Amino acid sequence: MVLDIIGVVVTFLAVAVGAWFLAPYLVKVFQGQRVFLSPVLRPIERGTYRLMGVDETKEQTWIGYGVSVLMVTIASLIFTYLVLRLQDKLPLNPMGFGPVPADLAFNTAVSFTTNTNWQNYTGEQTMSYFSQMVGLVMHNFLSAATGIAMAVALVRGISSRQLKTLGNFYVDVTRATLYVLLPIAFVAALVLASQGAVQTLASYPVAHTLEGAAQTIAVGPFASQEAIKDLGNNGGGPFNANSAHPFENPNGFTNQFEIFLEILIPFALALMFGRWVGNIKQGIAIAATMAIVLFAGVGIAAWAEQSGNPALTNIGVSQANTATQAGGNMEGKSVVFGPIYSAQFAATTTGTSTGSVDSSHDSFTPIGGMVPLVLMQLGEVTPGGVGAGLYGMLVFAVLAVFIAGLMVGRTPEYLGKKIESREVRLASLVILTSAFNILVWTAISVLVPAGLKGPLNPGAHGFTEILYAFSSTNGNNGSAFAGLTGNTVYYNTALGIAMWTGRYFFYIPILALAGALAGKKMVPAGPGTFRTDTPLFVGLLIGVIIIVGALTFFPALALGPLLEQFQLAAGHLH
Amino acid sequence: MFKSLSRELAQAIRLTLVFAVVTGLVYGVAMTGLIQVIFHDKANGSLIVKNGQVVGSTLIGQQFSADKYFQGRYSANGYAADNSYGSNLGPSNQTLIDRVASSARTTRQVNGMGPNDQVPVDIVTGDFSGLDPNITEASVLLQVHRVAQARNLDEAKVRALAEKYVHGRMLWIFGEQYVNVLELNLALDNGEAG
Repeated sequence: MVLDIIGVVVTFLAVAVGAWFLAPYLVKVFQGQRVFLSPVLRPIERGTYRLMGVDETKEQTWIGYGVSVLMVTIASLIFTYLVLRLQDKLPLNPMGFGPVPADLAFNTAVSFTTNTNWQNYTGEQTMSYFSQMVGLVMHNFLSAATGIAMAVALVRGISSRQLKTLGNFYVDVTRATLYVLLPIAFVAALVLASQGAVQTLASYPVAHTLEGAAQTIAVGPFASQEAIKDLGNNGGGPFNANSAHPFENPNGFTNQFEIFLEILIPFALALMFGRWVGNIKQGIAIAATMAIVLFAGVGIAAWAEQSGNPALTNIGVSQANTATQAGGNMEGKSVVFGPIYSAQFAATTTGTSTGSVDSSHDSFTPIGGMVPLVLMQLGEVTPGGVGAGLYGMLVFAVLAVFIAGLMVGRTPEYLGKKIESREVRLASLVILTSAFNILVWTAISVLVPAGLKGPLNPGAHGFTEILYAFSSTNGNNGSAFAGLTGNTVYYNTALGIAMWTGRYFFYIPILALAGALAGKKMVPAGPGTFRTDTPLFVGLLIGVIIIVGALTFFPALALGPLLEQFQLAAGHLH
Repeated sequence: MFKSLSRELAQAIRLTLVFAVVTGLVYGVAMTGLIQVIFHDKANGSLIVKNGQVVGSTLIGQQFSADKYFQGRYSANGYAADNSYGSNLGPSNQTLIDRVASSARTTRQVNGMGPNDQVPVDIVTGDFSGLDPNITEASVLLQVHRVAQARNLDEAKVRALAEKYVHGRMLWIFGEQYVNVLELNLALDNGEAG
């Protein structure tokens, strides 16, 4: 167990080091400076602009930027929908899969376009290799690049001196993809393949097992998909079992490597923000806030999962941690990952907007399963999705300085920009949309018969399955309490809408906020300025995040995981 | 307004097509080519060939029910390697507790344990993919007696072989210790325990 804890800490330290060195590179990439990859990539970049018909010197206002985001979203969404519907007529379909049904194709196309990657499909039984590569992996890059572009636009808004523009969306997504995502994914795919992740275009081999049965083994071009799936915080796996499938996540090392990939860019973006605004401490304050909440989540989940399920202890099952077994609550978990590394993966995948899973969150203990649920409900800002985490956290930062301003009776400011009623209203709108989306959809689903048919598990746990589904789709996470039967017309549609509103009702106020901040004068810091690069601010920011989250979601959590925890402790089963 | 929107849309379509080609096709196909060359066997699924026939994959568990084989974990999908899923049963679900209790009874019975003996948790639970190829050392050791008897082998030799196949953590800290069931059973079939 001590070794597990060391392993958890070492993984996080590796992220800290990686993010520290990636941050200055990101600044250069998004300020259009030369980097060491420029000699190779710059010609490709220019060619790309020519193919897309983009003038890279043209700057956009927040409205122009937003229109571009929406147009690209709509075009790529329809494209993926068509690829899935027509996959039987397209190449690279060795298993001869038919077209994906319409409602499932809609749900999947929305899911991947919004960076959610909620999986209502069973990859190895539904998707051709062409659909995986072109229909889905394309979005793994594009939606991640869009998230990064949004964050960069907001940082430009905060740091600019009375400008009306936020940069050019096409340039930002292209540079994010060419200079950041592709090179890292390239290396990561090789690392994963070296450990046993599959990468082939051949049809599924059939094995004749030692006991004489025939076993068809699903394979595919998946090491490359796995790399960007985690790096881009997508989470939609080629296999139904996602990162619990040995061909996606072959061993104890790859498990930690995937955790590393999931949080590398989110933390690097926080540090990039600090460097960009000319005070690295501002970035460290944001990153520290993210890290503290994430560590707390990992700690609680790991403790709960290692403690095991009391109902199993009662029937003579040993969940003790001994020299010959890791013990803990092992239903839904791989032997090599064990309870602690699985808990770390679960907290990381929901602290970001990844949604990859290496174990069944549905089978976690009530408290262990509540951790990923709460991390999503807090707005996925710890450290959040690529890009989405930073802009989500900056919304909370605006709110935090506003609250601090109220306490001392001064007009609040953040990084020299006065925070006035318009900014606070936009920030509140972001938070309210998210709460509304999760709670109202959950309420509807427990009232209509089609919604009530969803849960697999009875009692409080079934309610948690529904609450989790809407928390996940609203936050564009994509992980699931997978017992919920989501592949029905009702859930495909409802979850599809929740994903859509969760992403774009978030985007528009964020861009408006960026636009409003961009136009403001810089006010020099005075003696009365509340400093936002201190531990005091970190504490305040954590407080705001927790209080907003708790006030909004505590009643729902009481009906789900908390109730189940008390019932389980009292030996009351369903 | 309409004209600028339609120009905007045309640009968005061009971006989509460029991304589909570069990050979809080119990235996927180029990585496949490269990885097929460098890590050929792993890229194809770490398949194990015995007497010219594929008998399984190192990374994918398979069903063992005969006494002469070490048995793997419970699997929700019966080790169907083209359809991965787990039980998704919640911790307070009576169905889960009943299923585990029944697995525990069988495990005690076939391995000659007492009715109240503790059973290691991994052998009576399943992972999320239904394909876990591994079990813990604890779950291997409790099966040594049965396997040795079924094969008419010296129990100490079988135990020594099982312990030889315990894999440590990666880089000393990552992941848990495990035994790959298929690998161990192949070793038994190859006469490594005499």
